Amino acid sequence: MLDKNGIAKRISRELRDGYYVNLGIGIPTLVANYIPDGMNVVLQSENGLLGMGPFPFEGEEDPDLINAGKQTITTVPGSVFFDSAMSFGMIRAKKVDLTILGAMEVSDQGDIANWKIPGKMVKGMGGAMDLVASAKNIIVAMQHVNKAGESKLLPACTLPLTGVRCVKRIVTELAVVDVTEAGFKLLERAPGISVDQIKNATAGRLVIEGDIPEMVL
Amino acid sequence: MINKVVASADAAIAGIEDGMTLMVGGFGLCGIPENSIAALVRKGVKNLTCISNNAGVDDFGLGLLLQNRQIKKMVSSYVGENAEFERQMLSGELEVELIPQGTLATRCLASGYGMPAIFTPAGVGTEVAGGKEVRNFNGTDYLMEYAFDSHFAIVKAWKGDTSGNLVFRATSRNFNPLMAMAGKITIAEVEELVEPGQLDPDGIHTPGIFVHRIFQGSAYEKRIEQRTVRKRN
Repeated sequence: MLDKNGIAKRISRELRDGYYVNLGIGIPTLVANYIPDGMNVVLQSENGLLGMGPFPFEGEEDPDLINAGKQTITTVPGSVFFDSAMSFGMIRAKKVDLTILGAMEVSDQGDIANWKIPGKMVKGMGGAMDLVASAKNIIVAMQHVNKAGESKLLPACTLPLTGVRCVKRIVTELAVVDVTEAGFKLLERAPGISVDQIKNATAGRLVIEGDIPEMVL
Repeated sequence: MINKVVASADAAIAGIEDGMTLMVGGFGLCGIPENSIAALVRKGVKNLTCISNNAGVDDFGLGLLLQNRQIKKMVSSYVGENAEFERQMLSGELEVELIPQGTLATRCLASGYGMPAIFTPAGVGTEVAGGKEVRNFNGTDYLMEYAFDSHFAIVKAWKGDTSGNLVFRATSRNFNPLMAMAGKITIAEVEELVEPGQLDPDGIHTPGIFVHRIFQGSAYEKRIEQRTVRKRN
């Protein structure tokens, strides 16, 4: 079973040289720590920055320089700032190659719910609805089951949707699955996890074809 | 050059009355018009509708207006961690309209560019789509979203000249240039007010034609919401 860093590390294997990538809050943010050496990946922060660098050294925080999670950050050589409309222009016009974000639920048709739990205080969707509606490629980083032990990979989402038929791939602590016409297609198992464990943790349609390899991290 | 300078934040917000709709620039606490917000608190105008990506924190930014019960409605994409906001929202004192961030930005842009509406895929098939016109272009569904209509826009820039030309710094740009273009009356507060000619014409982000009043703010706190740092090796 993978921890959060393990999920981030596995997702980092989806990165390709020359990609522009938008990372959501939570596990997706950790993916930045696993960009392979020598690979050119430019991180987009939807509040208006391409070329997001690491956190600043203590004492060098700049209140005018934050990411979409409102954390102080830095730039890298070649970084550029722009306004929020241009930022979502990049996203809507599919210039951003890959969006990685968290989710509360994903359906086996690729619907995603990650912004609202009825009865609880609603914080807002931020940029998530824009990202999922437009992204060329969406990978969801999430736990396979919730704290109550219930599957988050469902036949249909029960929570209010963020977007419909948009998720392409999901990486969890147990598995890598793709969303296909036939449902969730199991691609890889986490180290030490059996196909049966994944089956038991998946409520939506799960397609298992042939031997399922263990993840290479 | 036309001189847009007003003497103070209090003079800049003249004409903002109870019940008006304001656009307020900033992302989180980054690039917010601190001096103008303080002036609105002093003036005590009530029943405001504020279009702003976020709603500040309890004791800073738009949170100051919330604390003072001056806001009737917030139009935002993310309202974050703000206990007073939560209390007012749950008790029904405060009306909240949540809008996808890109839609919020582009509705500002449409307004500033003189266009009545936009089409965006964000929110299709979700509760955000409720009651909205859906149009299909080239096989994809889009929601029609209207340009914002506001009485005033209040923005914060890094530098500005007396004729209203503005330059923003780093990610404090965010919604500010969009809202500057969208306001029927646009108020700009700047950290440094300079004479015409002192800003490079190639480097100006917002042409002064969009700005009606400008003043140099003072005592910027620029509070950091999430201070994240790394250790030196």
